[in-house]
Amino acid sequence: MKLHEYQAKGRFRAFGLPTPRGIVATSLEEVRAAYDELEGDLAVVKAQIHAGGRGKAGGVKLVRSADEAVEAAESILGKPLITKQNGPDGTVVRTLLVEEGLPIDKEYYVAITLDRQLELPVLMASAEGGTEIEEVAEENPDAILTEVVDPVTGLAAFRARRITYALGVPKPLARKFAATLQALCKVFLEDDASMVEVNPLVTTTDERVICLDGKVVLDDSALFRHKDLVELRDVHEEDPTEVRAKEAGLSYVNLDGNIGCLVNGAGLAMATMDIIKLHGGEPANFLDVGGSASTEQVTTAFKIILDDPAVKGILVNIFGGIMRCDIVAQGVVDATKALGLECPLVVRLHGTNMEEGRKILAESGLSITAATDMRDAASKIVEAVS
Amino acid sequence: MSILVGKDTRLITQGITGEYGRMHTLACREYGTNVVAGCTPGRSGVDVEGIPVYDTVSEAREKTGANATMIFVPAAFAADAVEEAAEAGIQLIVCITEGIPALDEARMTRSVTAAGARMIGPNCPGVISPGENCKVGIMPGFIHTPGKIGVVSRSGTLTYEAVWQLSELGLGQSTCVGIGGDPVIGTTHIDTLAMFQEDDGTEAILMMGEIGGTAEEEASQFVKDHVTKPVVGFVAGRTAPPGKRMGHAGAIIAGGKGTAAEKMEAMRAAGIAVAESPADLGSTMAEALAAKA
Repeated sequence: MKLHEYQAKGRFRAFGLPTPRGIVATSLEEVRAAYDELEGDLAVVKAQIHAGGRGKAGGVKLVRSADEAVEAAESILGKPLITKQNGPDGTVVRTLLVEEGLPIDKEYYVAITLDRQLELPVLMASAEGGTEIEEVAEENPDAILTEVVDPVTGLAAFRARRITYALGVPKPLARKFAATLQALCKVFLEDDASMVEVNPLVTTTDERVICLDGKVVLDDSALFRHKDLVELRDVHEEDPTEVRAKEAGLSYVNLDGNIGCLVNGAGLAMATMDIIKLHGGEPANFLDVGGSASTEQVTTAFKIILDDPAVKGILVNIFGGIMRCDIVAQGVVDATKALGLECPLVVRLHGTNMEEGRKILAESGLSITAATDMRDAASKIVEAVS
Repeated sequence: MSILVGKDTRLITQGITGEYGRMHTLACREYGTNVVAGCTPGRSGVDVEGIPVYDTVSEAREKTGANATMIFVPAAFAADAVEEAAEAGIQLIVCITEGIPALDEARMTRSVTAAGARMIGPNCPGVISPGENCKVGIMPGFIHTPGKIGVVSRSGTLTYEAVWQLSELGLGQSTCVGIGGDPVIGTTHIDTLAMFQEDDGTEAILMMGEIGGTAEEEASQFVKDHVTKPVVGFVAGRTAPPGKRMGHAGAIIAGGKGTAAEKMEAMRAAGIAVAESPADLGSTMAEALAAKA
């Protein structure tokens, strides 16, 4: 689950980390009031959306008066902001963060994430703050320094010092900088984040260390123990169909094609998409009904697939292990009848109770095309929709 | 011969009194696995169809000489269950549970390593050695046949698909290992490849990966350097869009890295025979064996 910048900074402050003074605004009046309350000569108006690349897309504006602040807000608020990360339609900006401007001296990049190879969290930092880390990684990988974070005790003090000195942080600020790194690791561990990124973490000419930006992604699997953080969820940022699927215990991702897929197991679901493409078709979605779906879940899965107007046919591919093929077959028959399904439907059932399952389909009187294996299934559905 | 589980396996189930724990424990026993006990805190004294239940893993181990455990404990408590098993001296820990917090996984993996134990999973179907009638997991036993192909995979049902294709072609399996779909797992492709290379009962290896991370690339390099047996590979998710999690917590193309194309290329560069289509998992293996003969 992604947090907005203002929410991430709220978490930072909860752990004693310094952030710029800032006020959240959702209307032009609030933006004006926020500018006045900050009482500085310079402020920044920042669009609060999850996608990165806001600055380059015009979602972050420096302003020097209340009028300028309102003008900037007018150009962003309520309008879609299209960055290179959020697709052709962009995301409508509903919230702004108005922050004080700061006398920045140097900018650094800092992030904590789980290293899959080490199977441990790592802190990554570079003195090239403000630039996207993917660019730095590509052009100058040696500029990225890393230290391992202990998953229980956090970032060891000596590691925090070592990376601080290696980044060339000015001596008078080194202690503060190292402490900031340790505190960011604490946010990562205690909030069960899968990523904490500060880009940039800045030092100022008046010798402060401040988290100028903030990005936090929480581990969905750990939300059960962070009830307070669940409330920070912004459903406007999520695909409504994916939300519905998740609530029904299904895993769904929308794609561009026209062949809907209903599969059990993530690996088999991906392989089913792949084989449709290999046979010249285009999958409309990824959908994993899980290991033990009920008849109701199968019906919900069908509804979700059919919500996509692009769908011209459906392929059901089930390899029964825990899941019994007869239960799936009954679910398919019930859903087909209840929804009055009209598009071509190809069903491939294999594994536990497959004979019973195939019998239910054959005796249903519905126009369901049975397939013997994955190749047969893919070629039949591709032919049916073309 | 086989790896990880076999005739010497003495299995306990942690979470045996739950619906799935019970169902799968009985299915394992029916397949031939020597199930010696179960463990559910607070439920000692009861038995599950003749299988004694203990409060703690250490007691279960002392009383029964258990050397392997299968874990069905809910995600919130699974890390604790894994650490309990490792601390009690259980050598093989098969963690079926899905949805464990990633940091719990990092912590428990470290505990397992420190105790000198081995963990399979989490979020995996388990391990099966058909020739030794030993199943420690949730896979349907009947699709497997005894033989000499070692199978290692990050997924569940896709592995069943592969096993079925192999069995249809008369290619039985020595051991099938589902290593799990999470970003942090106890046993990797490389660990499993090394065991298959050493195992006299394994003649060739089918390795199945999916998008996300770089485990397949590292495994390919390992194959090139250390594996002399024929290896067939497959990678699921060539049509997956970047930045989207495809069901498994670990299946995500992040920052342009972890694509199926990169993984398949690494496999080919290591001399692995790559099955382009998931319908060709068995036939690619048959061809690889024929080429070797």
